[in-house]
Amino acid sequence: MDDLASLRSELIGAAEAAADMNAIEELRITALGKKGRITQMMKGLGAMDPAQRKDAGAALNKLKNEVSAVLEERKSVLAEAAIDAKLMEEKVDVTLPVRPEREGRIHPISQTIDEVVAIFGEMGFTVAEGPDIEDDWHNFTALNIPPEHPARQEHDTFYLPGSGDNGGDQRMVLRTHTSPVQIRTMQKTQPPVRIICPGRTYRCDSDATHSPMFHQVEGLVIDKTTHMGHLKGCLIDFCRAYFGVDDLPVRFRPSYFPFTEPSAEVDIGCTREGGQFRIGHGDDWLEILGSGMVNPAVLENCGIDSTVYQGFAFGVGLERIAMLKYGIPDLRTFFESDLRWLRHYGFKALDVPSMVGGLNR
Amino acid sequence: MKFTLSWLKEHLDTEASIVEIADSLTMLGIEIEEVVDRSEGLEDFVVAEVLEATQHPNADRLRLCKVNFGEGVTEVVCGAPNAVAGMRAVFAQAGMYIPGIDVTLKKASIRGVESNGMLLSEDEMGIGSDHSGIIELPADTPVGVRAIDVMGLSDPVFDVGVTPNRGDCLGVRGIARDLAAAGLGTLKPLDLSPVPGEFKSPIDVVLDFPEGKEDACPYFVGRYIRGVKNGESPQWVKDRLVAIGLRPISALVDVTNLLTVGLCRPLHVFDADKVRGNIRPRLARKGEALYALDGKIYEPDEEMTVIADDEEPEALGGVIGAERTGCGEDTLNVFIESAYFDPIRTATTGRKLNLQTDARFRFERGIDPSFLVDAVEIATRLIRDWCGGEASELVIAGSEPDWRREITLRPERIAGLGGVDVPRAEIERILTALGCGVEADGDVLKVMVAPWRNDIVGEPCLVEEVIRVYGYDNIPVVPMELGATLPHPALSGEQRRRVDVRRILASRGMIEAVTLSFMPSGQAGLFGEVPQSIRLANPISSDLDVMRPSILPNLIAAAGRNADRGLSEAALFELGPQYAGDKPDDQMMVASGLRSGRSGPRDWAGPPRSVEVFDAKADALAALAGAGAPVDKLQVVDNAPGWYHPGRSGSLCLGPKTVLAWFGEIHPRVLKALGVKGPMVGFEVFLDRVPKAKRRKSATKVFLELSPFQPVERDFAFVVDARVPAADVLKAARSADTRLISDVRVFDVFEGGSLDAGKKSLAINVVLQPTQKTLTDAEIEAVAKQIVARVEKATGGTLRA
Repeated sequence: MDDLASLRSELIGAAEAAADMNAIEELRITALGKKGRITQMMKGLGAMDPAQRKDAGAALNKLKNEVSAVLEERKSVLAEAAIDAKLMEEKVDVTLPVRPEREGRIHPISQTIDEVVAIFGEMGFTVAEGPDIEDDWHNFTALNIPPEHPARQEHDTFYLPGSGDNGGDQRMVLRTHTSPVQIRTMQKTQPPVRIICPGRTYRCDSDATHSPMFHQVEGLVIDKTTHMGHLKGCLIDFCRAYFGVDDLPVRFRPSYFPFTEPSAEVDIGCTREGGQFRIGHGDDWLEILGSGMVNPAVLENCGIDSTVYQGFAFGVGLERIAMLKYGIPDLRTFFESDLRWLRHYGFKALDVPSMVGGLNR
Repeated sequence: MKFTLSWLKEHLDTEASIVEIADSLTMLGIEIEEVVDRSEGLEDFVVAEVLEATQHPNADRLRLCKVNFGEGVTEVVCGAPNAVAGMRAVFAQAGMYIPGIDVTLKKASIRGVESNGMLLSEDEMGIGSDHSGIIELPADTPVGVRAIDVMGLSDPVFDVGVTPNRGDCLGVRGIARDLAAAGLGTLKPLDLSPVPGEFKSPIDVVLDFPEGKEDACPYFVGRYIRGVKNGESPQWVKDRLVAIGLRPISALVDVTNLLTVGLCRPLHVFDADKVRGNIRPRLARKGEALYALDGKIYEPDEEMTVIADDEEPEALGGVIGAERTGCGEDTLNVFIESAYFDPIRTATTGRKLNLQTDARFRFERGIDPSFLVDAVEIATRLIRDWCGGEASELVIAGSEPDWRREITLRPERIAGLGGVDVPRAEIERILTALGCGVEADGDVLKVMVAPWRNDIVGEPCLVEEVIRVYGYDNIPVVPMELGATLPHPALSGEQRRRVDVRRILASRGMIEAVTLSFMPSGQAGLFGEVPQSIRLANPISSDLDVMRPSILPNLIAAAGRNADRGLSEAALFELGPQYAGDKPDDQMMVASGLRSGRSGPRDWAGPPRSVEVFDAKADALAALAGAGAPVDKLQVVDNAPGWYHPGRSGSLCLGPKTVLAWFGEIHPRVLKALGVKGPMVGFEVFLDRVPKAKRRKSATKVFLELSPFQPVERDFAFVVDARVPAADVLKAARSADTRLISDVRVFDVFEGGSLDAGKKSLAINVVLQPTQKTLTDAEIEAVAKQIVARVEKATGGTLRA
C-alpha cells in the first residue's frame, strides 16, 4: 500500500500544479485513461485473492475519485482564470463619452401657458380659443370701443383688406387682444362662464419693448354674484401661485378700459435693491395686468342680460410674466429662434407644470 | 399731463406731502409717471451781485469778478462774456458740487489769480442747455437768497398719466377735485365773478353749419378786449409754464395755455384787428387751406370744423389757430374764443391731418360744456390784469349742449358689484365731492352727473366712482368659489393633444420655436397660394407683409440664421396657426418641424449621417401618434406639395381624401430661394384634421390576451421591380394570414450587384404568433407558401433562391 500512498501524493501534487487544460488532460490520461496508472492497477485486482482484492479495490476506488475530484477542481480554477484573463482583454475606456443624444426643449411661452392653465384650471376655468384674424366688430365694437374712441387709436392695429364677401369692403384686423374670444364664447354660451383665452395677439409696433406679435391670456367670469372682491381673490391667488411667492404683495389700482367698469390695474411688489430686480416684498410696484368688472354694454352686445349677470375679465401679457419670472431680458428674443436661447431658456419635455407637482422647479 | 405743486395748491387747500399726494393719485387711478424735484442738488446756490467785472491780467477771455453773495464778498474768475458789474447771478462757493458738469469746485488759482467759486450758467446748473453765458436774474432779486426760490425751481413737478375717460383730469382743477374727494384737502372755490362789458363787441359770431351738423360747434362764447398791451406774462406764470415744458410766448398766448392746463379749457385769442368781418365757425370748404401756428399748411376737408372770418379759415376748431390772426407784440385788440367742439369730429380732424395739440387732446376727450362763459370771464380778468384793456359784452352764439344726465344708483350695488359695503352717507359725500348732484329717492339715489364727467353713463360708472375714491384697498378679498371640490379638466381633448404633441416632439430631441405669424410675401408664394385677404394693409416692414400660409418657411429661415452662427444642425418644431384666408375656418393648427444638416455631431462611436426623409417621416408619425391619429391605419402616398423634393417626400393619409401630414426633404430650389444651405427635411401635421377621440363611457382598455405559445420567425427575400413600393410587399405578406401574422418588417433593401437592372431585393421578416397551439412544421410551411404566393401575385416579384 506504500505504493498507493506515494502514487496518491504524486498524482495529487501534479494535479494541483497543472498549469493549463492540456496538462490536466495529460494527467487524466496518465492516471485514469485506459492505460493509465490507476486503471492498470485496477486491472491488476483480478489476480488478487478476494480478501486482498476487496481492500485494494476500495483503496484504488478512493484514490481514483480523489484524483478525479482534484483534477476537476483544478480545471474549474483554470477556467475561471481563463475567463478573467479574457475579460481583462476586453477592457474598454469607460471615460469615453456616450453616443450623442439630442435633448429637446419646450418654448418658454408654451411653458408659461401651461403654467397659467394649471393655475386657472384649479379655479374651474376652461380654455377657450378663437381666430387670430378677426372682424372689426369682435375686436372692437362688441367690446364697447366705437370707431372714434380714443382708446381705439392706442391699439396700433394691423389691418387686412377683407375678402369682400363679409359685407362689402369691411376690412379685417389681426386681433389686438384675445378679448374677441370672450365675445365669441359669450355669444354661444349662456352663463355661468369661466374661461381663459391664451393666444397670439398683434400690434403694429416694434422696438425694444414691443413686438408686432405677442401672447396674452385673458380671463372671463360671468355669473350672477361675482364682484370686485372675487376679482381680487382670483388674481391675488394667480399672482402668488405663478410667481411662487406666497406672500407676494398685490395692489389694485383704478384704471380705465372701455370693456370694464369698474376697472383695475394690478401691480405686484418688487424691489430693485442693490441693482438686483426681485419680485416680492420691496419698496416698488410693477404693473402686470389689467382687469375689471365686465361693462354691461359688452354683455348686452353678446346677448347676455346685464341686469341679471355680471362678472369680471382680465388680461395678462404672457411674454411679460415669463420675462419677470424667468429673468429673460429682451422681448424680441422670444421669436428669434436662436438655438442657444431656446436651449437656455427652454424647458425639458417632461417638465409638465401642474399644481400637484408644483409650478416651480 | 404735467403740473407743479404750487399750481395744484392754487386749487387744493392741503398740507399733504408730495409722497401723500402721489400715493393718493395712484390709488385714484391717476398714474404717476414721475415727480421731479427740480431743486435737488441746487439748494446751496445763492443769488449774488457782481460788484466789479474786470479783465483778467493773464488771459484775454477771462474776467475777474468781485461778487457779493450775501455772507460776504469774494473774487471769482469767470469766462462768461455777459458778466458785468451790477448784474444778479447764481453763485456757487468752492466746495460745492456743480451737477451740470459733474465737478466739485475747488479753490483754485486760474492763470495766477485765485478763484473762490463760480458764477453758473443754465447748462452748469443742469436746468437747461444754455451755456452762452451765466444766468442773469432780474435786477431786483435780493442778494444771498437761495437761487432755487427765485428761479421757480423749488416747485416740484408732477407728471401723471390720465386715462382716456378722464378728460376732466387734463386740468389741474380736475386732479385737485379728485384729491379733495379722497380726503387730501379742500377744493378752493374759483372766482367766477363776471367782468362787466363796457361796449358791444364789433365782431359778431355767426354759427354757420348745415342742417344736421350743428353739433360740430353748437356753442360759442366770445369777447372783444380793446386797448391791450401784449408783453411778457408775470414771472410766476412763466415759471409754471417752463416747469411743465411749455415755452412762455407772450401774455396773451400764455393766458390760453394757463387755462388749458389749469382748467382744462382750451381757448383761442385772435388779434381782432386782423379778423375780417365776423367770426364764422363752419365746416371747411373744398380747396381751403390753413397756415397754422406751427408753421405748417393744413388742407381741411369738408367734414372738419374751421373758425373762419368773412374770408377764410383762421383756426381748425379745437385743434390749432392760424398764424395770420395770432397775437403778437403789436396786438392792440383781441377777440377771445371759448367754444365747444364735437369730440368725435375733433378727433377725426386731428387724426386725418396727423396733428396732435394740447387743445385737440382735450376736446376729443370732451370738455365741460357748461364752463364756456366762466372761462371767458377768467381769461378776461387775467388779460386785463396783465395787459390792460376794456372788455366788451359777451358774444354768445348757439346754446349750451344738453349735458344733464340723471342716473339711478341702488346703494346695495356698491357691495353687489364693487364688493365693498360703503355707508350711504359716504356714498353721497363722495359723489357730491366729485361734483355730482345727489338726491335720495326712497331706497335709491338720483345722481345728476357733473357736466365735466361725460364718462359717467350708467350705474356701474357710479359704483366705480364710489369705490375708487373709497379705496380699492378697502375691498375685502374673496376667494373664487368652485361650487365643487374638484374642477373639471381645463383643456378640451384637442387642446390636450396639442400639449402632448409638443412634448412628444421635444422628447424626440426637437426644440420648440415660436415664430411670427407673418412672413415675406416673396417667400410665401413658394409655400402655396397667398390670397389677397392675408396680405397686411399696413405691415410693420416689407418682409413681414403676409400671414404665413405655412410654418415651414419660418423654421427654414430660423435654421438658416442658426447655421450662420455655426449651428448647422437644427431640429426645430413649432405648433401654431397658419392661414389660408381671413375666415376663422381658414386658420389651421399645424405642428411643423424641421431637421437640418447631419443627424448629430461627429463621434468616436460612429459618424453622423445627413438628415433624410425618414427622419421627417418618423417625426410626423410620432406627432400624429401623439395627436391620437390611428397611425396603423394611415396610408403613405408618395406625393407632397412643391416645396418638398419630388422624389423624397410623401403624405400620410387617412382614406383617399384626408391628408393628415406631409413630410420630406425640402426642395433644393426652395432652399436656394430662402438663401439657406441644405439638406433640410421637414414635416407638417394638420392637427385639426386628426379625427376627434370618440367619447367613451369608460376608461377600461380592451382585454389583453397573452398567448402562451412561442412565436415563430421566418425571413423571405423577394426580387421585385425597383418601382414597387415596400408597402405593397408588406401589405401582401400580411394578408397571407391576418390572424397568425403579428408583425412584418423590412430588414434589407438593395439594388445592383447580381440583380438585373431595374430590380431590387427586398427582404422581410415575418413573425407568426399562434394563439391556440404550437405550430407544426407543416403549418409553418403552409403559411410561408401563402406569403410567397401573395407577394408574388401582388408585386410581380419572385422569391430569391
